[in-house]
Amino acid sequence: MAAPRKSTPTVRRAAVLGGNRIPFARSNGAYAKASNQDMLTATIDGLVARHGIAGERLGEVAGGAVLKHSRDFNLTREAVLGSALDPTTPAYDVQQACGTGLETAILVANKITLGQIESGAAGGTDTASDAPIAVNEGLRETLLAANRARTTGQRLKALTGLRPGHLVPEIPKNLEPRTGLSMGEHMALTTKEWGITREDQDELAALSHRHLAAAYERGFFDDLVTSYLGLSRDNNLRADSTTEKLAKLSPAFGKGDGATMTAGNSTPLTDGASMVLLGSDDWAAEHRLTPLAYFVDSETAAVDYVHGAEGLLMAPAYALPRLLARAGMTLQDFDYYEIHEAFAATVLCTLKAWEDPDFCKGRLGLDAPIGAIDRSKLNVNGSSLAAGHPFAATGGRIVASLAKQLHEKGAGSRGLISICAAGGQGVMAILEGA
Amino acid sequence: MTDTYTQFVNSAFGKQVAGRLGMPRPAALRRYVPGAALIDGPVLVGGHGGGPLAKRITALLGHAGVTVVDELPAGGTVSGVVVDLSAARTPADLETLRALVGPALKVLAPSGRVIVVGASPDEAADDVPLAAVRRSLEGIVRSVAKELRKGATANLVLVRRGGEDNIDATIRFFLSGRSAYVDGQGVEVGPIEAGAAVDAADWDRPLAGKVAVVTGAARGIGASIADVLARDGATIVCVDIPAAGEALAKVANRNGGSTLQLDVTAPDAGARIVEHARTRHGQLDIVVHNAGITRDKLLANTDADRWKSVVDVNLMSVLRMNETILAPGALADGGHVVCVSSMSGIAGNRGQSNYAASKAGLIGLVHALGASADLHHRGITVNAVAPGFIETEMTGKIPLATREMGRRVNSLAQGGLPVDVAETIAWFAQDANAGVTGQVVRVCGQSILGA
Repeated sequence: MAAPRKSTPTVRRAAVLGGNRIPFARSNGAYAKASNQDMLTATIDGLVARHGIAGERLGEVAGGAVLKHSRDFNLTREAVLGSALDPTTPAYDVQQACGTGLETAILVANKITLGQIESGAAGGTDTASDAPIAVNEGLRETLLAANRARTTGQRLKALTGLRPGHLVPEIPKNLEPRTGLSMGEHMALTTKEWGITREDQDELAALSHRHLAAAYERGFFDDLVTSYLGLSRDNNLRADSTTEKLAKLSPAFGKGDGATMTAGNSTPLTDGASMVLLGSDDWAAEHRLTPLAYFVDSETAAVDYVHGAEGLLMAPAYALPRLLARAGMTLQDFDYYEIHEAFAATVLCTLKAWEDPDFCKGRLGLDAPIGAIDRSKLNVNGSSLAAGHPFAATGGRIVASLAKQLHEKGAGSRGLISICAAGGQGVMAILEGA
Repeated sequence: MTDTYTQFVNSAFGKQVAGRLGMPRPAALRRYVPGAALIDGPVLVGGHGGGPLAKRITALLGHAGVTVVDELPAGGTVSGVVVDLSAARTPADLETLRALVGPALKVLAPSGRVIVVGASPDEAADDVPLAAVRRSLEGIVRSVAKELRKGATANLVLVRRGGEDNIDATIRFFLSGRSAYVDGQGVEVGPIEAGAAVDAADWDRPLAGKVAVVTGAARGIGASIADVLARDGATIVCVDIPAAGEALAKVANRNGGSTLQLDVTAPDAGARIVEHARTRHGQLDIVVHNAGITRDKLLANTDADRWKSVVDVNLMSVLRMNETILAPGALADGGHVVCVSSMSGIAGNRGQSNYAASKAGLIGLVHALGASADLHHRGITVNAVAPGFIETEMTGKIPLATREMGRRVNSLAQGGLPVDVAETIAWFAQDANAGVTGQVVRVCGQSILGA
C-alpha cells in the first residue's frame, strides 16, 4: 500500500514574470462595441504570446470586472476558454471594485507562495461603454410575480401591475449605494477637508501625462501593452498636457468657489483590460522566463465612510502602517511608489494624511507621523490620470509596470502599490525587484 | 485575395471557354503538404559524360522513395527530368540535354519539374568554350521555363567546385511543391566547412530544434513565414511594431511561438532580438529580415521623409541589426540569415525608387556577406528571396487592371501566394542547405519583369 501523500504547505516567493494590457480607451470610443469578455480574452492572448506559453495549463487565472453583465457570471473562465491557453486552465472571478485587479494578483501570488499552484495569471477588465442595462425594478418585480403565478388568472392579475414607467431601464450609476453620492462627490468632501489646492491637483495630473508619454516614447510599454482594435496607446493620454491648460477647466465635482476637482484632474470613464503572469521560481526557470519582481506582502483596509468617520477613498492610509509594521519598513524605504490616481486629490490627501501628526496619532494610533515621500519616485511612468482607469484593469497595469521598473532598478529594490476602491476600501502591496 | 480568373478557367465551363478563345489557363500549382511524397510519379535522370552528379541525385531520389528512370516509359508520363551537364566541355555537349529533355517535355505531368544541373561558369578559368557552355544552361532553363505549361517549372542548379555533395536540399526543393512559384531561377551550391550537416534527420521537419526570428511577422508574407518555419519544426519569435501587436499575438499563439514588439529601426533592435531568443529559447539559429514598408512617389515628387523612412526600415535596420546578430556569440554557428528583397529591387518600379534602393541594397548586402570568409568559416549562410506578384492584402488594394496585369505577366500566369515565399525562405534556413549562400532567388513564377 502506498504511503498517504503529505500535503505540507511550503512557503516560497511568488514572482511577477510579466504583464500585458490593451491600451486603455476613453469610454464610448475605440472599444465602444467590445465586451469585457472580448477585452479580457485579447489581453490573455497577448500575455500568452509575449511569454510563448500557448497551449500551457496555468495553475489558475483570476480576473474580474466591476461593471458586469449577469451573463458574465463566469467571465474569466469564459475568457480562458476563448484564449490560447490550455482549456483545462481553471479560472474564477473576483469583484472588489477598483481593488479587483490587485486583489486577484494577491490571491494568485498567495497560492503560489503556499505551493498550491506553480503559475497563474491575474487581472481584470472593465467597460463603461458596453455597460449592463437592467430592466426597470418595477417591471422586474411584476414579471417575477407573473412567473410565480400558478393559474392563468393569477398570471393575468400580476401582469395588470405593468406601468408605462416600467419601460425606463436601470442604468448603472457610479454612486455609493449607502450615501447616494458619486465617488467624485465623496472625494470632493475629502479634498476640502484636507485643503488640497487646485494647483497641486493640476500639477499632479500634468505630470502623470508627461510621465506616461515619456514612457511610451522610450519604449517602456513595448513589452507591457498589446494593441487592440486599432489603438496602440492609451487614448486619454495628452502628451502636451500642462498645468496652464488644465487650469482652464471648470470644476466637475464639489460645489461653489471651493470646488477644485475637474475632468482634467479626475480619471475619466475608461475601457480596458490587464493581466499579469505570476509563477514560482521553478516554473519560471522551466519556462525560461525571468522573474521581474516578487510579492512581499499585502494589506487591505476598509473605512467607515457611511457614518462620516472617514473619507470614501482614504482606506489606503489605514492599510499602510499595518503593512509597514509587518514588513519592518518605513514609508521612506521604497524606490518607487505607485499610488493609483483615482483623482489627483486622492493621492494628495493620502500623502498629506501620512505627513499629518494629528491624523497619524489620532486615526492611525502612531507615535510619529509616517512622513513624506520623495515625489520623484511617485508614479514615474504615469498613472490613471493619464492612462485612464478601467476599474478592475488598473491593478494589473500597476503590478506589471512596477515589476518592470523594479527589475530595471535591480534586485532588492522595493515598490509600494496603493489602490483605493469603492465601498471605502484600499488594497496595498509591496513588490521587491528580482 | 481570390484570383477569380484562375478559378473560372479551371471550372468545367471555364475550361471550354478558355480553350475556344485561346485564353491563358493558369494551372492550380502543386504545393507542399507535410508528409506527402517528394514528387508523385517517375523522374527521368540522365547526364552528359556519365553524369557525375546524376549518380548522387539518383541515390537521393531513391532514398526519398521516388521512382527514377533513365529513359522515358513507353506510353507513360514523367513528373520530372533532372539532367546533369556538369561534365559538359563544349557547346556541342548540349545535344545530350536536347536529346534527353526535349522528348520528356511532351510527356511531362502537370506541375512537373525540369532541373538542369551544371557547373559554375565563374570557375571555367580561361577555358573559353567551357565558360560558354556553362553559361548556355541558363539560357536553356529560362527558355524551357517559358515553354512549360500546366504549372510545370524549370530551374538551374550550378555547382561550385567542392559543392558536389551539398546539392540534396536544393534538388529536393526544386522537385517538391515547396518551389511551386519558383521558375526559371538559378542557384549556386558551394563547398561547406567540414563537419556541417548536409542530410536532414527528418526532411518533413528540417527545422526541428531551431529557433527562428521573423521580423514583420504580424501579417501577409511575414505571418506566412512564421507559419511555415513553425510547421517545419522551428520555435518562432514573431517581431513587429507595437501597433501590430494584436495580429502578431495571433500569429505567435497559433504557432506556439513568442512575440517581441519592437521597431526594427531602434538602435538596440538587434540586441533585443538576440537577447530575447537566447533568454527565452536558449539560442538563435535563423533570422528572417522581412519587415518592410512602402512610401511610393515618383522620385521627382518624393520628399526626404518618404525617402528616409523606406531606406531606414527596409535596409539600414537590416545592416544595423546584422552587426549584432552576426557578432560572435549571437547567431549560432551554422545559422541562417534570409532577407526579403523584391522584384522591384531587380527590375525597378515606377514610383518606387526608394523601395527599389532598399531592396536592391539587400541584394548587395547578401552578395557581400555570402562572400565573407568569416561567415563561411562559421557555417553561416546569408541569402535573399525576391518575391514577384504575391497575392496579399497589399496587392489586393492595387486597381483591378493593374492587378490582373501583375498576375499574368509571368510563366505561370498567376500571382504567387505568401506561402510560396515562405517555403523558399524555409529552404534557405535548412542546415542541409549550408552550401547555398549569397544567393538571391526570385519567387515570381518567372515574371517577365527584370528577367
